Parts: sequence; structure tokens; C-alpha cells
Amino acid sequence: MKISFKLNGKPVDVDVEPSLLLSELLRDKLDLTGTHVGCDTSQCGACVVHLDDESVKSCTILAVSVDGRDVTTVEGLALGEGIDRLHPMQRAFHENHGLQCGFCTPGMLMSAIDFAKRHPKPTEHEVRQWLEGNICRCTGYQNIVRSVLAGAAAMNAGN
Amino acid sequence: MSQIIGIGASPLRKEDLRFVSGRGHYVADIKRPGMTAGVFLRSPHAHARIKAIDSTAAQAMPGVLAVFTGADLKAANVGGLPCGWGITGKDGKPMKEPPHPPLAQEKVRHVGDAVAFVVAESAEQARAAAEAIVVDFEVLPAVSGVLEALRPGAPMLFDDVPGNLCCDWELGDAVATKQAFAKAAHVAHVSLVNNRLVGNPMEPRAAVAEYEPTTGQYTLWTTSQFPHVVRLLMGSAVLSIPQHKLRVVAPDVGGGFGVKQFHYAEEAVVTWAAAKVGRPVKWVCERSEGFISDAHGRDHVTEAELALDETGKFLGIRVKTLANMGGYLSTFGPNIPTNLYAPLLSGVYTIPAIYCEVKVVFTNTVPVDAYRGAGRPEATFVVERLVDVAAMEMGIDKVEIRRRNMIPKEAYPYQTPVIVQYDSGDPAGCLAGAIDSADVAGFAARKQASLAKGKLRGMGFSTYIEACGLAPSRIAGRLGARGGLYESATVRVHPTGHVTVLIGTHNHGQGHETTFAQIVSEKLGVPFANVDIVFGDTDKVQFGMGTYGSRSLAVGGSALARASDKVITKGKKIAAHLLEADEQDVDFSAGVFAIAGTDRKKTFEEVALAAYVPHDYPLEILEPGLEEQAYYDPVNFTYPGGAHIAEVEIDPETGVVSLEKYTAVDDVGTVINPMIVEGQLHGGIAQGIGQALFENCVYDDESGQLLSGSFMDYCMPRADSVPSMKISTHSTICTHTPLGSKGCGEVGTIGSPAAVTNAVVDALAHLGITHIDMPASPNRIWRLIQNAMPGQAAE
Amino acid sequence: MRSFAYDRPATIDRAVALLAGEGALALAGGMTLLPTMKLRLSAPEALVDLSSIADLKGIASDGKTLTIGAMTRHADVARSAEVAKAIPGLARLAGRIGDPQVRNRGTLGGSLANNDPAADYPAAVLALGATLVTSRREIAADEFFRGMFETALEPGELLTAVRFPVPYAAAYAKFPHPASRFALVGVFVAQFKAGVRVAVTGAASSVFRCHPLEARLSENFAPEAVAGFTVDPKGLNSDIHAEPAFRAHLIGVMARRAVAAALQPAV
Repeated sequence: MKISFKLNGKPVDVDVEPSLLLSELLRDKLDLTGTHVGCDTSQCGACVVHLDDESVKSCTILAVSVDGRDVTTVEGLALGEGIDRLHPMQRAFHENHGLQCGFCTPGMLMSAIDFAKRHPKPTEHEVRQWLEGNICRCTGYQNIVRSVLAGAAAMNAGN
Repeated sequence: MSQIIGIGASPLRKEDLRFVSGRGHYVADIKRPGMTAGVFLRSPHAHARIKAIDSTAAQAMPGVLAVFTGADLKAANVGGLPCGWGITGKDGKPMKEPPHPPLAQEKVRHVGDAVAFVVAESAEQARAAAEAIVVDFEVLPAVSGVLEALRPGAPMLFDDVPGNLCCDWELGDAVATKQAFAKAAHVAHVSLVNNRLVGNPMEPRAAVAEYEPTTGQYTLWTTSQFPHVVRLLMGSAVLSIPQHKLRVVAPDVGGGFGVKQFHYAEEAVVTWAAAKVGRPVKWVCERSEGFISDAHGRDHVTEAELALDETGKFLGIRVKTLANMGGYLSTFGPNIPTNLYAPLLSGVYTIPAIYCEVKVVFTNTVPVDAYRGAGRPEATFVVERLVDVAAMEMGIDKVEIRRRNMIPKEAYPYQTPVIVQYDSGDPAGCLAGAIDSADVAGFAARKQASLAKGKLRGMGFSTYIEACGLAPSRIAGRLGARGGLYESATVRVHPTGHVTVLIGTHNHGQGHETTFAQIVSEKLGVPFANVDIVFGDTDKVQFGMGTYGSRSLAVGGSALARASDKVITKGKKIAAHLLEADEQDVDFSAGVFAIAGTDRKKTFEEVALAAYVPHDYPLEILEPGLEEQAYYDPVNFTYPGGAHIAEVEIDPETGVVSLEKYTAVDDVGTVINPMIVEGQLHGGIAQGIGQALFENCVYDDESGQLLSGSFMDYCMPRADSVPSMKISTHSTICTHTPLGSKGCGEVGTIGSPAAVTNAVVDALAHLGITHIDMPASPNRIWRLIQNAMPGQAAE
Repeated sequence: MRSFAYDRPATIDRAVALLAGEGALALAGGMTLLPTMKLRLSAPEALVDLSSIADLKGIASDGKTLTIGAMTRHADVARSAEVAKAIPGLARLAGRIGDPQVRNRGTLGGSLANNDPAADYPAAVLALGATLVTSRREIAADEFFRGMFETALEPGELLTAVRFPVPYAAAYAKFPHPASRFALVGVFVAQFKAGVRVAVTGAASSVFRCHPLEARLSENFAPEAVAGFTVDPKGLNSDIHAEPAFRAHLIGVMARRAVAAALQPAV
């Protein structure tokens, strides 16, 4: 099936099998390997992307169903190359040691950005509840929570 | 120079930019020209004889290139997976070491045992074909628990391993310990289970291999913590590929925790198949597949006793442990519940007599091997549970009983009765710091406040020590290691003064690219930004044993420090020549070579350039170039330790434990980067909390089926299930590593299960409860309360 | 995932026509169906994606009845002012299903048609005595849930909306499964003029009404009315996280907490 959608702000036309998952389309066909797959039961959240500005798990969405829609992946967050052009949430993860092995990080970032947009003044409790769908094995979550709070503050200060 | 960022600073991590940008480079991201996909067919049975395998239909399916079975590997003389440690039993005989074929031959011994490997154009085609393979299994009775496996008449995994007993091992002085118990005023006893865990790094394992027939060169990209060891084991023992024809690359790896420090069957099969098919082959493990093929951790059943005199002084400790090995010996399997366990049974205490017996047992489960902490959390759990039970039974305060028995700071180096000699430490100092930081003084008031809400509050202590920095080859060799455990580093100074470090450890989250650059920046006085760390590629890095056992800084960092010293030594020679001075008169500090008492000096960059532009160079006494290498073999283990205090609140109605506070004061020796150390502790403690409260790998006793085979059933700690922890360090300096560092990768996981469990028991102590097995799940706690208060509602 | 045909119709009629095809299944949010297909436990020949049918989405309330389209997502129910006003306990339930990403995809109809024994929505639908509107008929909640993963829906029949009568008070209390975060035990209580209805999920092979609890609470809709209440554990689910007796006990505890929550003034 031919589908057309917007990916990281740019139009994409691609021919896909109905059984192809969005995560597979991104990783295997479009070479955007920043979106990771860490489980097969839709729980780990490493594959979270934005679909029309909402966080969703790309491992549990058919590629065909994003036809006509707007998809953003971790590769689409920064304004350009280098630390100075990172998205405020990416920067917050860097500055607060919110990542170790980096595997869960793209999904964490995409989930956190969705959260920050909905929570102008978030609490630690709200962050921890929101991250229910993102598993990290390295950080014990402490610096991720700090990062999300800092990133949310930076995003909302910019608004 | 202002851009020097050295030891003790917390620069932000160099590796972060690629990860936050989605540009990490993991094995599953690799694409090679002509790449095919491989899928393993795995045993659905825990124990069965393979009567026949018919892959005719599968071979004929669309896109299928090949189907391989154990028979194919056998015909090609592919060897079994080697075990890296050979332990010796009480009787002086070596452990039983049955073969471990990469694809099952004749029998399968656990659910998930690989039976066949399908290579196809796409993973989907390979999966469909794997389903079409017909295996005629004769299902055999299975056994998954150690107690059951040792019972007379239990199903036998291997014909030549009677009673499923791999090894009956011991450590310590049985007679002295018996005497100590004979004169005890009190004996505390615990029967406990150390729950089986699944490491679950977030990146599932994966392998990509290719073969170049014109050169005979193989390349394997694998999710490994130790690519050089994979090259050595796989090349020499399994596939007979000469080392110089085999390149193993472990690029970015998404977490390891021990799970990725073994040589796995899949690595060998994928590499072998790539040559057979003549095209690159890629295998990516699915999570549910990982649950039945990644090596598991822990799984002990233990009876332990502590003998005390009337004042609460420890006289002796006696431990009997049954350790589950699973269906085969994994790379380090038999070493974990023996050499990495029993030598830690002295804890931070003066215990004159210790005796430990370990029966290492085969069962129809996934092989068990090292998982973060590896043997040391198990030992700490035994000791710290015994101490609490003794305190409760003797009516001694839990802090006081620890203080009475702790090795005083002045008594280091301290020789325990069980091999190890602790070089430095200050357990009482750590405990005092933790008591202060955790506001232990305010606990009684907090307990009252909880009670007023109908909740039970408890506080638990764990004062622990561990042995890491694996390991002195001399000692390891005596204990059965079949390899050395040194580390290597090369410091390559470029003509511009920029530095590339090639090191044999592997960075998969620990921040080595940052920490190691700090060491070089400090040592050589070069800007932090001018140092890059290269690891994980056998074609680039000379050799290395990899990352595990909290060894990267203690052993790898030591090699790096030594290599840096060699660079300085040579730099002084060059500077002496340039400055027309005597080498002995050249001082080096903060990136400048200077003649003492004069203003004559050369910068590090000037010396580096001169090394590579050797005009007017005394070639007869000095080679051009500035690159030095060091292999460092430690003289002793390192002994990090500390004091952890957990505070829990239990809802007696539901059994739910809320971890309210967690405080840790750890002694990790010299801290290179405090930010990274804190992050390591957070992660380690969260994994220990996971073991204590949530995680449990459960097999069905009858069928040997894994009942916790996905994140739907295996409870991983989430952001809302751990608290914000309070972490600090109280370091004594390691006396034998060049930087004084001890290591920090595993301490969190080692100290925390006992602290949390002790807190849970403390909360329930008024009911007469002295022990709860991990995980302290709501159901278990509710059941304990029910049993303690028969006929009464748990309110 | 095995291959299949795919269609995304814009109308209910077209969807029903496509669902009449051999081996066709409706795809709602896909939060259960797609993982099942990924694990190759399900292999439909065709999927009918309902996400473009506007008539299946939306929330409306007339004060007495709250109507929610089958393709309305959990996140939309959780954030809806209408739901919060009419049945706040339902909005709160929706806000605790799965995780935020699941709530951004999962739908009311998908959850009900699947009837997972540990799903949250069935408890609300049953306790509230909702009416399930399909492409063919209307089905009372008491008739809808037939057993583990079984409902009264016939092949090709499409759930289009759910009509919830607005209760005096209602709330849901859930003891989440530690790993999956589904309900280990979830109890929904709803107080109406005619009496109290109580539905339990997670505890047995399918959602069920708990009549002894209903009797007690109809007499006195107060937490103390169910203090110490437990049910016969026989027939309740047993797994590695909870034995039947623990589930039986939790039914009483969750019922009491649900009543307490239902009686809390709206924030």
C-alpha cells in the first residue's frame, strides 16, 4: 500500500505491506534507527514516537495507519547539529545525567516531551506516574525524573 | 591549562550527544549489503529427547536460504561452548562439565534451548519457516528447582552427572567452625531463597556476522561486554577460526548487567551460518526469546547459622547453599555461587570461623550465571539477614550489634578466614554517615505517624563489603579461572597532542568515554576535549577482558594510568633532549615539561610534535612516536562497601510495600566523576530494590515452563516504584590500585536487597515475623500477616 | 507478523460489509490485537481499521445518560469534561488504564470487545448497567460479557457506542498487577436509585457482579458496610502474583475503597 505522511516535518511517500509496524518502517525502511524496540508486549516504551503530537508506541501501530498523519521521532527533535541546538528536553537529559546506556533514551525523550506539553508545572509524582510506560534498567529513574522536570521547566519557560 | 577536567570533576558525558540524538549505533541498527535474517527455533519443552527433525517443508518456503540443526554443526566439527572456570569439589575432583552444543544435540534441557537456525531473506520468512520445522520430541520428566533436582530418583539431565550434581564445593574451616558453634551462647538461623532474576538490559541481544571468502576473514558484531573474550572463546574453542581472521565488534550496547558477558550459542551459530550461506546474517533477539535464552541470575536455596557469644559477638558462620546452574554451564556459571560468594561471608565483621558448602546443581532451566553483583548480593543477603535475626532474638539493637562486630578502620588490612584480605575500609564511618543522613533519630516519630494512618513502618540496615575489580590473575588462577583477568590500555598521543585511548573494557552505560578521558586529562594535562576513548573492536584495541565485576576503572583505569605514566616517562626523555637537559631534571606537571628551577619548558603539545617530527633526534637512544601501552594485573581484589538504610511503609490490608526513603553511604575509593558514580549507585540500588520487592523468575515445577516470561509477568521496577535515593560517599583509598579507586558498578545491587528486606521484616516484627523471602510481594506479606494472626482480619 | 489485507473504511456500513469477509477482524486501538499478532498467536486474513469512522467517536451527555463512541480513546475519556461531570469515576478509571501511550491509542470499544478478564472498562460497564450499542442491536451489559475473552458480539457485529446511565455516585478501585498494570483485582461500585451494582474484574475468568456486596451496599452505601468483607476464593484466579484467597480478600478491600472514593466530593 502506498502511504504519504509527514516525518520530522518532511513529506514521505512509501510503499508498505499492511503487516509492517511503524517501528519497522522507521528503522528498517527509512533508516531512522533512533527509535528502538526493547520488548514485544508494548511495555518498555523504547519505541515511543509522536503521532500528531501525541506520544504513542510505534511497535504497536501499523505503518499503514499513519497515512496522512504527522510523525516525529527522536531524530526530529533537535534544531540542528551540536549540543547547543538540541531540544530543551534532550539538553535536560544531557545536563542531568538522565541516561546511561542510551537505549531507552529516545522513548523517554518522546514520552517526556508529550508530558511537558500537558503539564506546565509538573511534580515529581506526576513525572513518575507518567513514565509508567517507559522502562529503564540503568538509571533507577532518579536522574530521568530530574531531567524531565528540568526539561519541562525549560520548555515551558520558552513558551 | 584551563580545559583540563580531571579526577573528581563531574563533566557532562561525552557519549550523551549521540544517544539523545537517536544516533547511537547498536547491533540491531546494523545493515550490511546482502544481509539475511536468522531466527532460532527453540524448544517448547523443558526436557525432551530429539528423535527427529524434519526441515524439508521449511527449506522449501519462500525466501528460505538454509536451515541448520545440531547435527549440521556436529558434522562440521563445531565445538561446544566452553566454560571459563573449572571449580573443584570437596573430594578434590573437578566439577562435572557436560558438553554445551550451540544447537541442541540429542536432547533439549530447558525451554528455549536452541534446536535449529533458519536463515531467510527476511525475519518474517525465517519465522514462518521455523514454525514449519517438525521436531519429533520425546518429552521427558523435567526438574526446575534445586531441591527437587537433588532428590533421589529425580530426572537426570546428563547420563554422566549422577544426581544432577555438578560440584559439591566447600570453603573454610569446618572443624574450627564446629568448635565455634559448640561454645556459642546463641545461634541464629535463617532458611532463605535468593530469588532467580532475569537481567533484562533494555537492549535485547543481537548478532550480525559476515564472512569474506577471499581473505578468510570473519566479522561478528555482537551485544557483548567483552568482545575480545568472545573472539578468544568462539574462535579457539567453538568455530576453530584463527584469532587474526576473526574480528569481533561490540558497538554501542544497551546495558549489560552481566547478561552480555558470556559467550552465547547464538554468536557462534550466526557466525558459522554467515560463512555457510555466503551472506551476512543478522539475528535480533525478541524480548520473550530473551527471557528463555539470556542467562539468568541468583537462584539459591540456603540454610545459614550465626554463632554468637552472650555479648552478641560473632563467633562463627556456617552456610549450606544449593545453587542452580540451569541446563548447561554458562561462561562463568560455576564461579558465581562459589568463588564470588563464599569469600564474602565475613561481611564487614570479625568472624573467626567460617565454613560454607555449596552444591552446584543442574536443572531444566535457562543457564544461570553472573547478574550485577554476582554472588556478592547473595552473600551479603545471608550475612545481613543473619545479623538482623540474631539482633532480634537476642534483643540487641540492630545498629549496636553491627558496631560491636565491625572490623575497625585501624584493623585494615584485614585477613578474613575465607581467602580474601580487605585492604582498606571504614564500615563504622559509613554506618555513622548513613544514620545521620537517613535521620534515624526521627524514625520513631515517623513510625508513630504511619501507625496513626494504619500503616506499618520499618527500617532496615545493610552494612556490606564486596570483592570486585576482577581480578588478580594469580588468585583467580588458583580458584579455577581458565584465563587471566588483567586489563590493557594504549595511550596514543597524536602529533598535535590529541589523544586516543584504546582500552579493553567496554562502555555500555558506565560513562567510560568521560571518566577515562578525565584520567588522561589529569595525568597528561591535556584538554578533556582532546581525548577520545576507543573500545569494543578487536581490530582496533590490542586485547582486553571487558567489563564486568566492577573492574573497568579498578583494572582498566589502572592500566590507563600506567600507560599514561609511560607516556610521561617518554615525554620527559623527549623534553630533556629538546631542552638540552638531563632527563632526571625534567619535571612534568599540568601538561608542561619543565626544568626545575629554570624557566625552560616545553608543552605537552610541543613534545608530542617533536616525537613525530624527529629532526635532530637522538635516534640511537629514543624512538620516534609517542604511544604507550600497559597491561595491568591487580595484586588484590578491591573492596568497596558501605551502609544502606531503607525505610518502608506497609499497608497491612493489601501487603503493598512503599519504599519511603533510601539512604546509601558507600566507600568506592577514589571517585573520578561523582555524577557518574551517583548514577551507577542509583541504577544498582534500583535493581536491588527490584530483587527485594518485585522481580521473580518463576518456573512451573511440573512442566518446567517459564511462568514469568515477559514484562507482562516479570515485574521490572518502574519510575513509580522506586523512591528518590539519598546517595553519598565516604571513601577510603584503595591501597593497591594506582588511582585508589575500588569500583562502583555493583555496590548498589549488593547492599540494597538486604536493606530493603530487613526493613520489611522490621515493619512486621511485632507479629513475630523474622524472615520473608524476596520479592516481598503484596501476596507474600498479606499471607505472612494472615498466618501470624490466625482467624483475624489483617486490619 | 503474518501478512493480511487491510482496509480503513470511513463509515460503519462499509466496515460492517468488510467484516463479513472471511477471517476479517476489526482493528480498534490495536493495543491487544497487534501484540497478539506480533507473537503470532493471532493471524487474521484481513484487518478492518476503524480509526477513520467519525461516527464511532465522541462523548455526549444529557444529564441522565452518558454516551461514548466505541472508538473513543482512553485518553479522551480521561480528559473529557462531560465524563468528569456525569461519571467522574469513569474518567478516573480511563486515566489509569495501561500507560499514557496506551491511553493515546486504546479505545473503549476495543477493550470491551476483547473482554480481557483483567481489563478495567468491563467492570465499569457492568457495574453501571450500561447498554452496548452495536451495528445490529442493543445489548445490556448483564448479557454482554460471556466469559474469558468472550462477549455476546456475533461474527461481523460491530460495537458502535456505549450508553451509561448516570448514577448517584460511582467509583473504581484497582489493585494493579505489579508487572502488567492490568487489574489484579478491580472493583467498580455504582449507586442508583434502584440499588447498588458492583462489578469485579481481574479476579476470575471474566468480569462478574458481586451480589453479596451489592446487597450490603444497597442497604448502606458506606465503606464500613463492607469492612472485613471477603468472598469465597473458590474459582478465583491463581497466578504467580496472587493466590485466590488474596484476590478474595482484595475484592473486599477494593470495594471499600471504591465506596469511599464514590462518596468523596468531586474535586
